[in-house]
Amino acid sequence: MGEFLFNIDHGYLEALTRGLKGGLLAQSDYANLVQCETLEDLKLHIQSTDYGNFLANEPGAITVQVIDEKLKEKLVTEFTHLRNNALEPLATFLDYITYSYMIDNIILLITGTLHQRPISELINKCHPLGSFEQMEAIHIASTPAELYNAVLVDTPLANYFVDCINEQDLDEMNVEVIRNTLYKAYIEDFYKFCAGLGGKTAEVMCDILAFEADRRSIIITINSFDTELSKDDRQKLYPRCGKLYPDGLNSLSRADDYDQVKQVCEFYSDYKPLFEGSGNGPGEKTLEDKFFEHEVKLNVHSYLHQFHFGVFYAFIKLKEQEMRNIIWIAECISQRHRTKIDNYIPIL
Amino acid sequence: MSGGGGKDRIAVFPSRMAQTLMKTRLKGAQKGHSLLKKKADALNLRFRDILKKIVENKVLMGEVMKEAAFSLAEAKFTAGDFSHTVIQNVSQAQYRVRMKKENVVGVLLPVFDAYQDGPDAYDLTGLGKGGANIARLKKNYNKAIELLVELATLQTCFITLDEAIKVTNRRVNAIEHVIIPRIENTLTYIVTELDEMEREEFFRMKKIQANKKKLKEQEAAQRALEGPPKEESGGTHSENQPPRNLLAVEEDNLPVLFN
Repeated sequence: MGEFLFNIDHGYLEALTRGLKGGLLAQSDYANLVQCETLEDLKLHIQSTDYGNFLANEPGAITVQVIDEKLKEKLVTEFTHLRNNALEPLATFLDYITYSYMIDNIILLITGTLHQRPISELINKCHPLGSFEQMEAIHIASTPAELYNAVLVDTPLANYFVDCINEQDLDEMNVEVIRNTLYKAYIEDFYKFCAGLGGKTAEVMCDILAFEADRRSIIITINSFDTELSKDDRQKLYPRCGKLYPDGLNSLSRADDYDQVKQVCEFYSDYKPLFEGSGNGPGEKTLEDKFFEHEVKLNVHSYLHQFHFGVFYAFIKLKEQEMRNIIWIAECISQRHRTKIDNYIPIL
Repeated sequence: MSGGGGKDRIAVFPSRMAQTLMKTRLKGAQKGHSLLKKKADALNLRFRDILKKIVENKVLMGEVMKEAAFSLAEAKFTAGDFSHTVIQNVSQAQYRVRMKKENVVGVLLPVFDAYQDGPDAYDLTGLGKGGANIARLKKNYNKAIELLVELATLQTCFITLDEAIKVTNRRVNAIEHVIIPRIENTLTYIVTELDEMEREEFFRMKKIQANKKKLKEQEAAQRALEGPPKEESGGTHSENQPPRNLLAVEEDNLPVLFN
């Protein structure tokens, strides 16, 4: 449909994003970073990349914390620029991206409120991408019921809450369960939205989101072994939009150990190789690392198509992965733990 | 021993009774000294033992802490920044410390005993992603905390023992260098004093004897002087002579003791 008219509204931003994507650190940059002996060295090397002198105005010694904050700040600036220039339906699409951060923030605020912590302290700890207008108002709520009725219904996440969590749950449920329930609703909603957009966007985004959904299902299953989470509750957390739906999810919900999960995934050509190459031994990549690599691959592949929104999502995700990589390398350098410094996820 | 300590002695009247009393006190002091010495040795033994363990533990601690800190970085790599949520979720400590006491030769040493209180409330953290790394993180930090508690026990023992050893050593030294010499000084003082008295007594006895002898000789000489004429005049003289005044002789009868 809109391929002919795409550039009228979104051409500028797509070009911009592709340009920004070109500024992601390449393999040679990583090779340089890994060689660094101190954080000061790291700063010097980063200056020669697209990051420029983003650490230049930092007084005092550089710590991992500072680098983390600055990286986040830069990502937020870039994203806000994109968001401010976006037209519908890209604007809504970009909003959807922020929802995942919003979920984390809301969970943090809910936990804080339930334990009577001062909200003003918590606001600073929220991810800036996931901030929303009503966030400041959350402190007026003193009980979970008030929080639910007065604040949460106004947030963009209200739909997710209404569908799956009621007032009492807020008090009784484990926050992790709430978080994953929200996430499930979010992914399903996002998937539906992307499918509704149609065209290349649907093609690319549904692929990525389906993988995200399946990854969550698999990881949740593996992590819930030996915990208080029952199989029924577990099944409720699986996002129902991936390739595993419905057969795979049914089998997953019955799985009792890692091998059974592996068996279920044997039937899916996408996930089989991920399980085969993973392990917990030294020198082997963990399953989660494999998933990260696969995610990066999907995101990079989205740049092979044109005239679709997937590039924006992919850009944010790749950027996030890059931030994690830089932080990882910085941690390894500052803790003098060089043996594992190569465990970052390379962006192809 | 009695070199300069001649003056440093317990104020007692030098008598046999005081001497026996001092002797028992000396014996008691020596016994106490040897007992305290044994205690100090036992404490020292323990002290060295603890010192060795502390060094061992601290070296181990460095490694364990390093690993724990690194596993936090690993967990953050996969699970994102989850620490805030965990911090907000805390309402009470899961890992608690109980204190017990151990008795080492009369010194009470505190021993900390760590235990897990209730089930793990953060079972589900990292459910969505990073669960494996978070589990490892928990394990590593648990190990670190266990070591920390152990180290705390050792350090407290170290300080308590140090104090106890100092006190005991002070007592040992006080007994060895102050109390025992003082008692010994007193004993020698009593002995010399008693000897002195004995010599005085002896001298006095001799003097009395000499005095008595002299008196007897005088008497004998006087009698010898008076005796012959009395015998010569016989009954005539004795009849006109007034009877001997008993009081008149008194001047000769001086008290020997007080001259």
